Amino acid sequence: MSLDLIRIARWIWPAIAAACHCWASPPAAVDFRKQIEPLFKQRCYACHAGTKQLGGLRLDSREAALAGGYSGAVIKPGNAAASRLIALIDGTAKEKAMPMAGPRLTAEQVALVRDWIGQGAQWPASAATVSAVKPKATHWAFIAPVRPPVPPARDRRWARNPIDSFVLSKLEAEGIAPSPEVERSTLIRRASLDLTGLPPSPEEVASFVKDPRPDAYEHVVDRLLRSEHYGEKWARHWLDLARYADSDGFEKDNLRPDAWKWRDWVIRAINNGMPFDRFTIEQMAGDLLPNATLAQKLATGFHRNTLTNREGGVNREEFRVEQVIDRASTVGTVWLGLTVGCARCHDHKYDPISQREFYQLTAFFNSAGEANIEAPLPGELAAYLQRQPDCEAKRGALLAEYNAAGLQPDWERKMLLAAGQPGVDTLYDVSWDIFGLYVDGGQEQMRIPAAQRSAKWNAKITDFFIGNYSRVATKQELEKLKFKELNEKLRQLKAGCQDLSEAQTLAERPEPRKSHILVRGDFRQPGIEVQPAGLAVLNPMPADPRASRLTLAKWLVSRDNPLTARVTVNRAWQEFFGRGLVATSEDFGVRAEPPTHPELLDWLAAEFMQGGWEMKKVHRLIVTSATYRQSSKARPELTARDPGNSLLARQSRLRLSAELIRDATLSAAGLLNVEIGGPSARPAMPAGVLDLAYGSGSKWKESTGAERYRRGLYTLFLRTSPHPQMTNFDAPDSMVACSRRERSTTPLQALNLLNDSSFFEAAQLLAVRILRSESRSVEDRLRFAFRVSLAREPRAEELDRLVRFHRQQVEILEKDPSLVESIFPARDLDGIAPTEAAPWVGIGRLLLNLDEFITRG
Amino acid sequence: MDQRHFRELHSRRRFLERCAAGLGTIALSQLMAAEGRGPGGLPPHFAAKAKNVIFLFMDGGPSHIDLYDPKPAMKKYEGRALPESMTKNLRLAFIKPTAKVVASSRTFTPHGHGGIPLSDWMPHLASRAGDICLIRSMFTDQFNHHPGQLMLNCGSPLVGRPSMGAWVNYGLGNESRNLPGFVVMRSGSNAPGAGTGNWTSGFLPSSYQGVPLRGAGDAVLYLSNPRGVNGELQRATLDGLSDLNRMSQAETGDVEIASRIASYELAFQMQQSAPELMDLSKEPAHILELYGVDAGRKNPYARNCLLARRLVERGVRFVQLMHGNWDHHDDLDRKLKTLCDQTDRPVAALLTDLKQRGLLDSTLVIWGGEFGRTPMVQADSPDKSVGVGRDHHPFAFSLWMAGGGIKGGQVIGATDDFGLQVTADRIHVHDLHATILHCLGMNHAALTYRHMGRDFRLTDVAGNVVRKLLA
Repeated sequence: MSLDLIRIARWIWPAIAAACHCWASPPAAVDFRKQIEPLFKQRCYACHAGTKQLGGLRLDSREAALAGGYSGAVIKPGNAAASRLIALIDGTAKEKAMPMAGPRLTAEQVALVRDWIGQGAQWPASAATVSAVKPKATHWAFIAPVRPPVPPARDRRWARNPIDSFVLSKLEAEGIAPSPEVERSTLIRRASLDLTGLPPSPEEVASFVKDPRPDAYEHVVDRLLRSEHYGEKWARHWLDLARYADSDGFEKDNLRPDAWKWRDWVIRAINNGMPFDRFTIEQMAGDLLPNATLAQKLATGFHRNTLTNREGGVNREEFRVEQVIDRASTVGTVWLGLTVGCARCHDHKYDPISQREFYQLTAFFNSAGEANIEAPLPGELAAYLQRQPDCEAKRGALLAEYNAAGLQPDWERKMLLAAGQPGVDTLYDVSWDIFGLYVDGGQEQMRIPAAQRSAKWNAKITDFFIGNYSRVATKQELEKLKFKELNEKLRQLKAGCQDLSEAQTLAERPEPRKSHILVRGDFRQPGIEVQPAGLAVLNPMPADPRASRLTLAKWLVSRDNPLTARVTVNRAWQEFFGRGLVATSEDFGVRAEPPTHPELLDWLAAEFMQGGWEMKKVHRLIVTSATYRQSSKARPELTARDPGNSLLARQSRLRLSAELIRDATLSAAGLLNVEIGGPSARPAMPAGVLDLAYGSGSKWKESTGAERYRRGLYTLFLRTSPHPQMTNFDAPDSMVACSRRERSTTPLQALNLLNDSSFFEAAQLLAVRILRSESRSVEDRLRFAFRVSLAREPRAEELDRLVRFHRQQVEILEKDPSLVESIFPARDLDGIAPTEAAPWVGIGRLLLNLDEFITRG
Repeated sequence: MDQRHFRELHSRRRFLERCAAGLGTIALSQLMAAEGRGPGGLPPHFAAKAKNVIFLFMDGGPSHIDLYDPKPAMKKYEGRALPESMTKNLRLAFIKPTAKVVASSRTFTPHGHGGIPLSDWMPHLASRAGDICLIRSMFTDQFNHHPGQLMLNCGSPLVGRPSMGAWVNYGLGNESRNLPGFVVMRSGSNAPGAGTGNWTSGFLPSSYQGVPLRGAGDAVLYLSNPRGVNGELQRATLDGLSDLNRMSQAETGDVEIASRIASYELAFQMQQSAPELMDLSKEPAHILELYGVDAGRKNPYARNCLLARRLVERGVRFVQLMHGNWDHHDDLDRKLKTLCDQTDRPVAALLTDLKQRGLLDSTLVIWGGEFGRTPMVQADSPDKSVGVGRDHHPFAFSLWMAGGGIKGGQVIGATDDFGLQVTADRIHVHDLHATILHCLGMNHAALTYRHMGRDFRLTDVAGNVVRKLLA
């Protein structure tokens, strides 16, 4: 028999066999209770019964068995040949034969099942029927927090608020005394860096140190909470979670020129004290609120931070599905502290999250379209309206001059032909694909007749036509048309005729998409249809056939959601102590680290919700606690007992983040531009860095003037080639939600701070700042430099060492005058001699590289 | 070891690792030695054949049909579409499955004791054919550059996973005292699609990330002192820093400060050793000639190959050279010839040089790209004077390995008459990774890292060691 025949035979054999079997002699009636159920029990229940339902299939109830698994029904009563169950057990399915474990079913057993199905899959009601079980919440994090009583602690004088009672009672149980309060200069630097991300000025330190009021510290805290820099500092943590970036990611990594508008929305919301429930609802579903404002729509930009793949040949549907999956996974990490994304391909291995539930979550996002809406900045609209008539006239004249309009209809016709009948003209095939990849929503628009399209869309399509006609035209034709020239002229015209700036938002499609389980997480293998729903193990979500993102948002911030408040306060705690009460702040599932202070976590979560979800209140509570105000000095007697400081018998020293190291450096140099918000900036970048990224060379035109000295959070973030200072100091790559950052110590960081021209520039400016101060003697100048950079006075031995260092610098520089000329090419620095300033550059470099400088104590 | 003792050791190690993962330190290696471990890595799973890896990553997807996998039968089909039975369900990046077959213009002759047929555009590699194990049956799941490169380099098309070099350093640590354990070099026309994702540390500590060695300017970013700062000023600064940091450590008792101090010393050492590494002036003329490093000819890839050897000599664990762009959608013959001319001689020289120094036995050399190219034509340019090309092809491609642990002089696997599908010894990228880790003495299923509540591996949940490749 030829191979083909064997193949055919293998295909049809079961069908023939089944047919013959029925025709030859009608089989005896199969008794489900006696013949099928025991078989299922013995060979199938291990994976397909009760709460274990691999592939979503259970065989211990008629209803469930007939409903089938994630890829659809497996039993068609009365039709054994069409029942996938048979193919799965007789080995003719393309998947691995069932049961996976143990020997294959015997031919008799298979025949029995076949007959049973053929006879209508009779399943007596008295046999095992199990109603759908709600997974039982036994894990602590799945049970809603109940506000615990504040425990009594013996040392009443130390405790300042309930937080301290929780911490202290645990310490007392361990027989450990807490640490004393840290000295004021360190405390104000700590609180300033933690709340605003900026070090305090020497004046702020001085006034706090001598403030006699008993609540002097609370005054400092309230000032910091009112500062607009508070919003910047805490927005950055949120940006990590939202995987915010200024570019698409993937090969092309195109710029997202409007991404920053959402970033600014976050800063404003935090500064305005927007309650966290509102903060959640607007970002999740601002567009679905009644009479949604522009700001509310803009808030949905949270979900626009997903990556976009515009690489040639990409299947857009595949990456749309990836974005939907990423959105659901991100919600899991950010609000629920659960790794729901693990259930993309199969039921979650550890947590009670089925694959079906994961796709129920994705269903909330499946019908959300990406909408770039006009979002003019103040003043932008009036200018636009004024220049628009002139701009349109000029554009029209240009298009007429080159007779561009003539060829476009034919080109569009051929594009649509390629769309409907690929393979006829490969050049147009490629053009059509690229059009879809580069111009979001363009393919849908081109299908609309030109006369019915908006002027804006017509212009967009014409622009693409002129810019890309070369993909289909011959060299000779192109030379005649001079489209390259026209393209350049249009580009120049555009520089003075910009469109209204936009914002990236979500908007529901008019026609909702159906959502399916994706078998093995593959977009090409849709399984059964699912409806949007929450996770069954958590709080119930009100049943609603029209459940939307708004339903999801309200479910997340419902008072009986066991996770959102805990996860959120835990992350705040992590920023103030270097480690969360649950150390795995991204994972509260059954594999999470257990909380070190479970009652405190629940108390804070309850307090947060009762306080109206106000983040500032929680932050204030934490930073004014005695626990937070402790000294961070190591306690050798506790090193062995509590190496990770999980008992909180002291504060921790924490290395600053990449952005804050930049901010602190610029601040010490007096260079920092403290402006809030606006488009991202491009500070100095070493030459050659962008050579490593596709087509990014043009993306980094260095900013000029004060824009070069903006805070680190405003540095343009290109996903495939982030600024090296960010990468060196553990900034996340913005690919997926990041709940906690690494704090590494590497030689590359040392090279960065010692030798990067930006940091050297700061040292130069710090030198000039020192010499401009009122201080005159070397010692006084060193004291000033210390105050500016470390917010404290130097100790005697430090001062001695720095005096010696200064002398050494002077001596080395005197030996070779060319060094000073290189350090300060300018002869005169506003009345300061370069020879005098150069040794102070050395002092500046030293101070800005100190471990203490890049650490909050 | 009881729990407390373990925790203490773990925290000590963590603090040392944070400092040293990129660069070994005395303190760390002592601690590891005391625990019976390698320098900074995990305990080896079994005896290793290879200690170092040089991955010659050819980004863009080199054409297997024109270089390694001769298909004389294609000539018969020239200009015709493939039989429909072969192209049904085929999903390609740019072209349609009905595109016409185009045969290779190259001639192949067998070389080495194994008689491996190689394209006439790689005469130098032909002289080393006895060393290489050519795999003709590689396949991957990804047909676009970004995900394909991530697949090959990180074992997953998803972003955020650690690269092979990061995993290997995590597993084995770094033997170099003053150079990073994972060094990356790039040359060629444009940058690889997956950018820094190709050498990322992903969720592993960032100290495991690849450090780009740059072709121009500083060899390592920020390596040179700022202008006006000479060696004496820099040394004085480091001494002052060290003293003040020590005072701070005495004051706070924070052991992490010791790591910070050590990191500055290591940075200083790197400032001394990197220029020495990059300085090829002491290499004898015959070695420069061997690689084709010649001021007149200016071939950065030749220089990178020579540097790769120098890095391995200095104990750098994983060296990755990236050269492109092999993405020949059009004008394939001309472009492919250019790339072969740039790479053939240096690659062969690297094998020769490693072997004559006795380093090839302990160095695993890998040559390959993220996928192969279609047997069908892609005519990308409307301009008929430009030659034709081939599209991305994930279903079958060629890759070779040589050196530590690998049995040279053999061909593994086969494809059909068109190089379209693998017909024997299918080797998935996961299997390749499992085999590479095996050569380095690591069990791919046991090299794990806990992240987001799950133990992750380079090979995800798949991968089998391909025994046929092993010596």
